[in-house]
Amino acid sequence: MSSVYALYPTADAAQRAVNNLHAAGVPDEQITIVSSEPFEEHEFANREKATWMGWIALAGAVLGLITATWLTSMTELAWPLKTGNMPIVAWWPNLIVMFELTMLGGILAAVITLLVTAQLVRRRPAFYDPAVSDGQILVGVAAAGDPATVERALGVADVRRA
Amino acid sequence: MSEAARKINDDLLRPLLRTSWRFYLLVALLGSVVVAGLVAWVWQMWNGFGVAGLNNPVYWAFYITNFVFWIGISHAGTLISAILRLVNAGWRRPVTRCAEVITAFALMIGAMFPVIHLGRPWLAFWLIPYPSNRLIWPNFRSPLVWDFFAISTYLTGSVLFLVLPMIPDFALVRDRTTGTRRKIYGVLALGWRGTPKQWHRLESAMQIMAVAIIPVAVSVHTIVSFDFSMAPVPMWHSTMFGPYFVAGAIFSGIAGLIIAMAALRKFLHLEDYLHPVHFQNLGKLLLMMSLLWAYFVFAERLTVWFGNESAEVQVLRVTQKGTFAPLYWTMVVCNFVVPFTILSLRRLRTISGCVIASFCVCIGMWLERFLIVVPSLGHKYLPYSWGTYRPRPVEIMITISTFAAMTLLYTLFSKFVPIISIWELKVGAQAVEEPVVQHAEHAIGEARP
Repeated sequence: MSSVYALYPTADAAQRAVNNLHAAGVPDEQITIVSSEPFEEHEFANREKATWMGWIALAGAVLGLITATWLTSMTELAWPLKTGNMPIVAWWPNLIVMFELTMLGGILAAVITLLVTAQLVRRRPAFYDPAVSDGQILVGVAAAGDPATVERALGVADVRRA
Repeated sequence: MSEAARKINDDLLRPLLRTSWRFYLLVALLGSVVVAGLVAWVWQMWNGFGVAGLNNPVYWAFYITNFVFWIGISHAGTLISAILRLVNAGWRRPVTRCAEVITAFALMIGAMFPVIHLGRPWLAFWLIPYPSNRLIWPNFRSPLVWDFFAISTYLTGSVLFLVLPMIPDFALVRDRTTGTRRKIYGVLALGWRGTPKQWHRLESAMQIMAVAIIPVAVSVHTIVSFDFSMAPVPMWHSTMFGPYFVAGAIFSGIAGLIIAMAALRKFLHLEDYLHPVHFQNLGKLLLMMSLLWAYFVFAERLTVWFGNESAEVQVLRVTQKGTFAPLYWTMVVCNFVVPFTILSLRRLRTISGCVIASFCVCIGMWLERFLIVVPSLGHKYLPYSWGTYRPRPVEIMITISTFAAMTLLYTLFSKFVPIISIWELKVGAQAVEEPVVQHAEHAIGEARP
């Protein structure tokens, strides 16, 4: 099974190609779209929008808060020296470290989620065409079961195989 | 590909793909100043702190002034970018990356100063929270340790906030270059393709980071102000120091951003992207911050004068009428008189006007940091402990070299990375084109019989 794709100069043409593929019975998850900018106004660009990233960032922030709470109070209790007439576990100054590590936890969790869910930090996949960087929009089907149908649905003369 | 998108690609990739002799000359000049600064630092380490002008009672002076100044400059970038991103301001697109780069480099330079000020910088790792042989940890009740956490968090967040939107642009450069350069940009692009899923995840991450980075940015300069306000030193021990420092940081940061943008516009020929309206908008923001700064200074000075506490009044007097008066009134002129005069008049709020006002603000804000640090330390509660401070060549050289380092880093960055986010600019162009097309279609529809 080979991958079949075509390049389109405009987002409208790409949208028509996606609609044709749907009409030809190609399921959404088999269709690959690659563009050099997000076309949010078009239907094809609004696939796979749902994400848990916000919740994961929140979990990262909570983890950062717990770590900071443990780090500050544990270290103060490990060597219980009274400093500046403050209590041994001094919550006012500890809050600053807790706040910073909470935010750091949230930020790092969001970035790690991005790297994992957007499938970055991998070898560059084969199903790509550098012409995308020139503004072309790639629409194709990875491992097309019936390449002829896909080629017809793509509706352009210059259909490529990867 | 639309003509606008092609032009954006060509214009913004030109500095990466072509190099003139002026670039090498500038790098050599700036590099030599940076090397001179490094030599001065090594000289200081070799001979001890005695070669600097620091002495009893003024142990904090140029280096801590520079620390506070550069951390302040860093506030323009990420904070402004994050706010504009959250409110979805269309005019932000050419500005954000120029601003975010300032944050990253200014923070790096600012964070170096406590290390330079250590005298024995090889012991800087003592700040890192890990148990030593005797199980002694850093004291989390010390404002200097808070600095470490605040600056580390802000630096990490700001670098990530800068780097993430660069990934699609790295992919663009990867596809347009060959050989080693292609390999390097290929690694930096992290295998980016541009699927809808990748775009959505990137934008979600940027939204989350924008929300998170704003309170972090505010906290950083508040915590820097705590280095002073936690100490019972005349005119330091003030509850308003937090917001006063944050306002001052944003003020100087915007000024730094305007200067950087004007330089980029001129030297990289970005006139089609950095329009006068960008400078006018930032100029209005600078004017607002100038007024806010004046308000804070008035509130601080009035409270001290009215309170009439002898040690504080002495510091007030020495800054306004005494040995520091020339610096103080220069600061007032640079931070208020000049920016207010230039920026409040629409006729003068041009690119040149904004740049002049910004240069003045940078000078004024550096003086403000100096006047916060030195006069108070030199005039504490007991007159027998009073002293003065004169900077020595080693401190002046290191200070000059940091300005050269900032310019050098910025120049190198703009040589290797598109200084304006190409994909975001295309989204902006697309947003402009679409209403025009829709309007034209609507007009044609109406004209049809």
